[in-house]
Amino acid sequence: MTTTPERTRVPAQPSAVDSTVDFAVDTVTLASRSGRRHGRVPRWLIKTISPIVLIVLWQLLSSTGVLDDDTLASPVTVVETAVGMWEDGSLQSAVGTSVLRVLAGLAFGVVAAVVLATVAGLFRRGEDAIDAPMQMLRTVPVIGLIPLLIIWFGIGETPKIVLVGLAVTFPLYINLFAGIRNVDSGLIEASRTLGLGWFGQVRHVILPSAMPNFLTGLRYSLGTAWLALVFGETINATSGIGYEMNKAREFFATDIIVVCLALYAILGLVADMIVRALERGLLSWRPAFSGQ
Amino acid sequence: MSAVSAASAVNAVSVRGLTRRFDDGAGSSRAVIEDLDLDIAPGQFVALLGASGCGKSTLLRILADLDKDVTGEVTVARKRAVGFQAPRLMPWKKVWRNVVLGLPSKPDRERAVAALTEVGLAHRVDVWPKVLSGGEAQRAALARALVREPDLLLLDEPFSALDALTRITARGLVDELWQRHRCAVLLVTHDVEEALALADRVLVMQDGRIGYDAPVEIDRPRDVTDPEFQRLRAELLARLGVH
Repeated sequence: MTTTPERTRVPAQPSAVDSTVDFAVDTVTLASRSGRRHGRVPRWLIKTISPIVLIVLWQLLSSTGVLDDDTLASPVTVVETAVGMWEDGSLQSAVGTSVLRVLAGLAFGVVAAVVLATVAGLFRRGEDAIDAPMQMLRTVPVIGLIPLLIIWFGIGETPKIVLVGLAVTFPLYINLFAGIRNVDSGLIEASRTLGLGWFGQVRHVILPSAMPNFLTGLRYSLGTAWLALVFGETINATSGIGYEMNKAREFFATDIIVVCLALYAILGLVADMIVRALERGLLSWRPAFSGQ
Repeated sequence: MSAVSAASAVNAVSVRGLTRRFDDGAGSSRAVIEDLDLDIAPGQFVALLGASGCGKSTLLRILADLDKDVTGEVTVARKRAVGFQAPRLMPWKKVWRNVVLGLPSKPDRERAVAALTEVGLAHRVDVWPKVLSGGEAQRAALARALVREPDLLLLDEPFSALDALTRITARGLVDELWQRHRCAVLLVTHDVEEALALADRVLVMQDGRIGYDAPVEIDRPRDVTDPEFQRLRAELLARLGVH
């Protein structure tokens, strides 16, 4: 493992090339990766420690009175509140309502995006008719549509589901359309020489090749879906996580607000994990770089 | 304008007065293929040579019915298969599903296995194309072509992306498969030795038509040191402008 060269330098002057000087090259021994890793703190441990430190710090600030409960409840209080909400059933019912809203909006948005992107992606006429308005509409912030949605659909479940649906439709459409248009033309040609007709090409070449983009779009859409839900539920809701949060605001119940925020985060994380699992299952054919 | 028509005829390929023009972007057009005539008999192995850009790949694409902007009369065998420079396997289908893709019946695994065994890939039936080496992928593409039992096999520089050693093996495999299947083959290539090692007949494309057409009457398996091989090689290289 020594890195010491036998001689430090080749003689500097080019004129020094005479037979009496034996040349030496400055060498280093390259450390192998396994050697370097040996004895280090495992990565998962470092990853776990830093959030724990943050929570302990938060608890310390609360216990010492630097953070009062009206500003931010302490972690212990938050956990107690969560347990209490679980026991009286309000947590489960809020989560159930919110998840149903996201699922309904997601179903609506995915169907709309897939139909629109497929028609626009596969047909030139479809692109002319669909893509330009979609590109214009996607610049409108979905949240800004809330007043219109309330006027159109009232204050029941419909405007919330429509809001989530719209938030899902645009990112998914953009990604899927790009995926369909980026199909390798060499593969299309090959499939034609194999005797595949138009439907066969769509089924065996175009759609599978757009699958990675579809899943990227889905992941992004789920993120915006939760965002839309938060906005939808803080306005005129009578149930759901956002409603619990809004109600808590009136009583300065920061513990409930933090529980609700944590619920949103956990649900978002679960949704992301589901899409990642889908990617692992559906894209195992991909020779993609998966990180070192 | 005439599309490729398929018919039962005496020849695997019959082309009369074929012209293909490309727009050069300045409003006028350049004929890459002009008034070309070509016949390929059933079972004949034909190698097509030519300098880069002479239109040999364009001719192959026309015969494969991938390029329809042509004038003239083109008759080809109905059962055709194409091997490209890149394997062009569908990365989202397991190797065996790639082999039988596009066949009219339901995906027939046994048929795929038989075809893969023939090209020496029996151990690669159930893997994703991404794990195949370059040579293996090209062999899988060959299995995919031959499983269709074509009367005409069109090969567009199928070995040019392979390393020198793999290329020699692949060449031997094509020779062996052709002896067994006896389909007509049109092999587009840059490689004079490859053409002489495999073909019954070599063509050189020049100025948009077949400028040179000669039979290769050397016994198989062919030996590079054979004087006739050497003579044809020198003649072809001269034809191609290499001295």
